[in-house]
Amino acid sequence: RGGGRKTRGHWGNTEDGSDVVFPCSIGENIQLLVDRPDGTYCFRLHRDRVYYVSEKLLKGAASIPRDSLVALGTCFGKFTKTQKFRLSVTALDFLAPYAKYKVWVKPGSEQSFLYGNHVLKSGLGRITENTAQYQGVVVYSMADVPLGFGVAAKSTQDCRKVDPMAIVVFHQADVGEYVRNEDTLT
Amino acid sequence: MGRKLDPTRKEKRGPGRKARKQRGAEVELARFLPPEAEAGRKKLSSHARRRAAKRRLGVAGRTAPGGGRRPAVKEQGDPEKEGRPVKTVGQALQRQSGFNDDNAKWLIPAKGKKSLSKKTSVELSSSGEVEEDSWEMEEEEEDGSSEELMDDYGALSSEEEELLPIEKAALKQKADNGDLSEDDSEEDEVAEETSRQKTGQEEKEDADLQLNLEIDEEFKLPTDEQIEKETAEPPDLHVIHQRIKSNMEVLQNFGVKREEGRTRQEYLALLRRDMAAYYSYSDFLLKMLMDIFPLPELINFLEANEVPRPVTIRTNTLKTRRRDLAQALINRGVNLDPLGKWSKTGLVIYDSSVPIGATPEYLAGHYMLQGASSLLPVMALAPQENERILDMCCAPGGKTSYIAQLMKNTGMILANDSNAERLRSVVGNLHRLGVTNAVVSNCDGRQFPKVLGGFDRVLLDAPCSGTGVISKDPAIKTNKDEKDILRCAHLQKELLLSAIDSVNATSETGGYIVYCTCSITVEENEWVVDYALKKRNVRLVATGLDFGKEGFTRFKDRRFHPSLKSTRRFYPHTHNMDGFFIAKLKKFSNAIPKTQKDEEPAAAEATNPSADPETVTEPQAKKKKLEGSKIAQEQKKPQPALKNRHSLQGQRRPLKAVRPSPHKSHAPVPNRKKHRVKQNGQ
Repeated sequence: RGGGRKTRGHWGNTEDGSDVVFPCSIGENIQLLVDRPDGTYCFRLHRDRVYYVSEKLLKGAASIPRDSLVALGTCFGKFTKTQKFRLSVTALDFLAPYAKYKVWVKPGSEQSFLYGNHVLKSGLGRITENTAQYQGVVVYSMADVPLGFGVAAKSTQDCRKVDPMAIVVFHQADVGEYVRNEDTLT
Repeated sequence: MGRKLDPTRKEKRGPGRKARKQRGAEVELARFLPPEAEAGRKKLSSHARRRAAKRRLGVAGRTAPGGGRRPAVKEQGDPEKEGRPVKTVGQALQRQSGFNDDNAKWLIPAKGKKSLSKKTSVELSSSGEVEEDSWEMEEEEEDGSSEELMDDYGALSSEEEELLPIEKAALKQKADNGDLSEDDSEEDEVAEETSRQKTGQEEKEDADLQLNLEIDEEFKLPTDEQIEKETAEPPDLHVIHQRIKSNMEVLQNFGVKREEGRTRQEYLALLRRDMAAYYSYSDFLLKMLMDIFPLPELINFLEANEVPRPVTIRTNTLKTRRRDLAQALINRGVNLDPLGKWSKTGLVIYDSSVPIGATPEYLAGHYMLQGASSLLPVMALAPQENERILDMCCAPGGKTSYIAQLMKNTGMILANDSNAERLRSVVGNLHRLGVTNAVVSNCDGRQFPKVLGGFDRVLLDAPCSGTGVISKDPAIKTNKDEKDILRCAHLQKELLLSAIDSVNATSETGGYIVYCTCSITVEENEWVVDYALKKRNVRLVATGLDFGKEGFTRFKDRRFHPSLKSTRRFYPHTHNMDGFFIAKLKKFSNAIPKTQKDEEPAAAEATNPSADPETVTEPQAKKKKLEGSKIAQEQKKPQPALKNRHSLQGQRRPLKAVRPSPHKSHAPVPNRKKHRVKQNGQ
């Protein structure tokens, strides 16, 4: 696991969660997130949310009372009541560069995805080869701007065969939520 | 173009040549133009020259010019002609009658100004030239000359005297309009100036056009009956506006324009009432504004508050560059410009076909909607990389994210706010903009430095009354009164002391506190900073902002430390940004000075805890929230003996400034000197 990973929750629990989530989208690249050139980063659990912070920041924020602490570094997602991990759009900037499976969306249906709708075949621009079904993907616009996360509804081969109105990517999180769901980000 | 070399006139070259300047165009042209006939005469216009030529030639010369001018005469006189002085016409008549007695037939003596002005307006100078300086005598003369002539077309010149029917109608209409406008300006309360008197004044003044005739009227204060009548009726805004303007005119030049027996206070009171009615301000706020601004500036300020400030955005340099962002937004159909020379990241939006708060660039975190004045305190703070910064009142997170981008996501920022709901927007914004070095906390600002201390820099954007952002929230005009201002001031003082205590004076790169508010009142700005100067080992330094008005060093009966000049004030009407106040303090010692001893008995001192942080923490224990503060508790806690102390403990209570002021006007100066000397010793 590397040195210095501090968590207040069950690290094991988080690890399970990340086993579910991270391999879906970025796989083994998770190590790259932790051991960065500018210092070790770690995940810290605080009030059911997982935060990605550098160790320096963690040390600096150590003395803040638990009740007063609201957020730390970047929130990656949260654990639901049934202990499932839901990845949040705020992790997009960090996960996008490491994503193994990407989906590009045409300009016309960019807006639709940003409103929270699923991506249809008619809006699909490109998709990485060998994407399995129900694989976690990162959704991009044609200008290579990351828009959010999703889950592939069909494998790449199936995407070619299916009709234009079929869903190809299930929506999970998009940047439009910054405006739509500002309150739930905390 | 060089001048032709004239070998006969060789310029002397040598060390003395530069002292001799070139003689200029007149000298050169003099070689080509004939010399002026009469050196004493002033320069004549072309028409005047023609006239002079005619005079020289005598009667014989009259035949030539007469015909050419007739078609030009048909042109309509323009309004500028009406402002003719009477005197010169009289002169013309005299000169004419002296010149040629035949003129008696056609020459009509001046009956009234109107008729004369009508007559003069008919005749335009020839060839359509409009000359304001060409006096009536030319026309009279031309009339006389043309009387005897038959022009080429066979029409007699006498017909020219008669105006065409349409010309007559136009003149009449003009005269009527002139009367009407005079009538409008005369209202019941405003004085009864006769039109004759007014035009008389006009005539006496220069030929400059006086469009706003009300300036000349005498302004009379309304009588009591008029006031009663007004209060009974719904207010007529136009009337009030006119009255405000006239009142200001009188007050500008009070010695001359005042009414006898009426004091300046009465004029001021009326002005205040009118402005309160017209701009919908409470009387208290208006009184305060009149103390801060001189009268003409006050009007500008009030007007500026009616209009919203332009929308500005700040580029997030963590994710993009300003020109790339500008390009992308322009492609979306947004009309924008860089904010100014002083900002490298700001852009001002003029108009946009897409909502600025919802573009894909916004969602990607490339920019933040932020007022221009909010960029200034962070620029003054100048955070460096790898520093520890505290932002005490950070919501909604604009300044925090600017700090983060200046630090390039290094170091640590503690973004604190006492309002948990507003913190959500902070978290949202920080995540959207890609800020990774921030820790967000929900503490009362006064709990610092107990929660965490030893910061390099602190930014305190204190909660205030908001008198600088009235254009964003017009409710402030009426719902702020003295208690609110003093309560805010009290809170701000406490926060500022906590902020100062949270800074590590021995930090290599830092030791700075920036205090800013979006208010323009002196109680919340200069007073608070002055208080901090007395209570802590800090001094004011230059903010680094080269524009903006300097802060006040004295105000009404209060005197502040002279270094307050380095603070900056910004106003909506001068800088077109929200009203703001910024002060930058440098902490030079971590020690906290004890409070001043004076002639009070030692017993009172012993009961009073001397170190300020302790007294600060006392109220904190009781207070949880910033809003709905329990002022009553605050007031009871400091001992009654403190009332008489010079020490600024007395200032902490939200008392009226009037009461302690007789003490304070003497106290601050000697106290401060003592303070300086006894830094650590006492």
